[in-house]
Amino acid sequence: MSYAYYPGCSLKGSSKAYEESLLAVFETLGVGLAELDDWNCCGATAYAAVDETKAHVLTARNLALAEAATPGPAPVELVAPCAGCYMALLRAQRHLKENRAVGERVHGALEAVGLRYEGRVRVRHPLDVLVNDVGLERIGDAVTRPLGGLKVACYYGCLLVRPYAPFDDQRNPTSMDRLMRTIGAEPIEWPLKTRCCGGSCCGGPLVGTIREAGLRLIYVLLKDAKRRGADVLATVCPLCQFNLECFQERVSREFADPVDLNVGFFTQILGLALGLDERSLGLQRMLRWQLPEPRPVLATAPGGTYARA
Amino acid sequence: MKRTSGSWKGWRRVKRESRLDPTFADEIAAMAGSDKLRECIQCGTCSAVCPLSAYMDYTPRRLIAMTRAGLKDDVLSSLSIWVCASCYACTVECPKQIPVTDVMHALKRTAVREGMHPKRFAVPVLAREFVRDVDRFGRNTESRLAMKLYLKTRPILLLKDARLGQRLMRRGRMSLRRESVRQRAQLRAMLRAVEEVEGAS
Repeated sequence: MSYAYYPGCSLKGSSKAYEESLLAVFETLGVGLAELDDWNCCGATAYAAVDETKAHVLTARNLALAEAATPGPAPVELVAPCAGCYMALLRAQRHLKENRAVGERVHGALEAVGLRYEGRVRVRHPLDVLVNDVGLERIGDAVTRPLGGLKVACYYGCLLVRPYAPFDDQRNPTSMDRLMRTIGAEPIEWPLKTRCCGGSCCGGPLVGTIREAGLRLIYVLLKDAKRRGADVLATVCPLCQFNLECFQERVSREFADPVDLNVGFFTQILGLALGLDERSLGLQRMLRWQLPEPRPVLATAPGGTYARA
Repeated sequence: MKRTSGSWKGWRRVKRESRLDPTFADEIAAMAGSDKLRECIQCGTCSAVCPLSAYMDYTPRRLIAMTRAGLKDDVLSSLSIWVCASCYACTVECPKQIPVTDVMHALKRTAVREGMHPKRFAVPVLAREFVRDVDRFGRNTESRLAMKLYLKTRPILLLKDARLGQRLMRRGRMSLRRESVRQRAQLRAMLRAVEEVEGAS
């Protein structure tokens, strides 16, 4: 199995740990990721707020580059780990197909520089690839260090499931919960799993733009995850991770209520279960990372009842 | 005039028919790629699911009603459209399948084009600076973008956040090195091609 890989700007900047852990996990599971040569920014939601057609042109260049790198009639699987990029790529594909005027302009712009996009690209999120292509069984077999009932708040955020939800339920996604259970963690019941973190505001941290509103959104999520007993919050998006991790001190001060929670990428937690070391998962880059000792877990019999020793 | 409560917003102005723009709703609907805007039943689901409506001057439901009525100036100069975080909760839950988030994007574009966006409010500044960087370099450099945003909107916050910046830098999560594509000329040529087509039409 091999995939084209579109990192996006954040994975080269504030979310290096996401890229490091993603590459390490995929390598361990024997899945190839080939970075797209000379990829450009996806435009996020901020570019669309200024010029939508040009935003699609930016995205279409990446799609065309992915096709050029994989010739032939076979579909190209393009992995985009950032939820913002993921949605921007899906949106551009959708608009190119459905809106003829936009499609003509975008294809015209590609032709002007000798590029071509036929529509062979399938945009995938790593969570989708792990759960649906690699499969939970294979991941379960690769686990060397089960997580001993680590309580994980599986946070999907907004753009992974909205407005499109190609691989999971839109209102109650469960892919990550199932993945976490497979590796010995215990996902908490969490109705807020798709609530906006405030970080995706037009491509920039809302906390930097409308700070009062952003801090409240962060507070609601962290507080509720803690109340439900989470040891760690797992994200699928660099903006969510940054937003929920880096402003904890300020949130604590603002609401006079200490909230401190480990916030990491789902690939980092998966990597721990696969026995990867902290450095290769980029854990030294986190502002806070103190997991509890693994709890002893009762063995369960196949029927779901506790087995007797 | 006596101020009576904290929520006092001055006398409500009477809107006159002559100030309405009857073509506004059609223009926005066309930009959002959906004529469903006309079918809004004003149920308020969008405002209810919006995590940010409490911070808006007009809730999404009201914005749609105002857009439909043609209150162009009030809609385009409102803060609401810039408070929207594009989380698509409204789009997914709307019982009439109105793409509310795309409507918000269309309103943002129109506000920028007509120069009616709030000038020192950070979101439009961010959008503009982001576009400028991406047009020139093909990628955005988070740290530089953040820096510009601080300087142009709330310089005082830069001091408050300096410690966070330091901590991130020590962990290799922030660098001022400029990110760029190699084929910058190719990217610019593509964007120019679109501008020419749009200029001609």
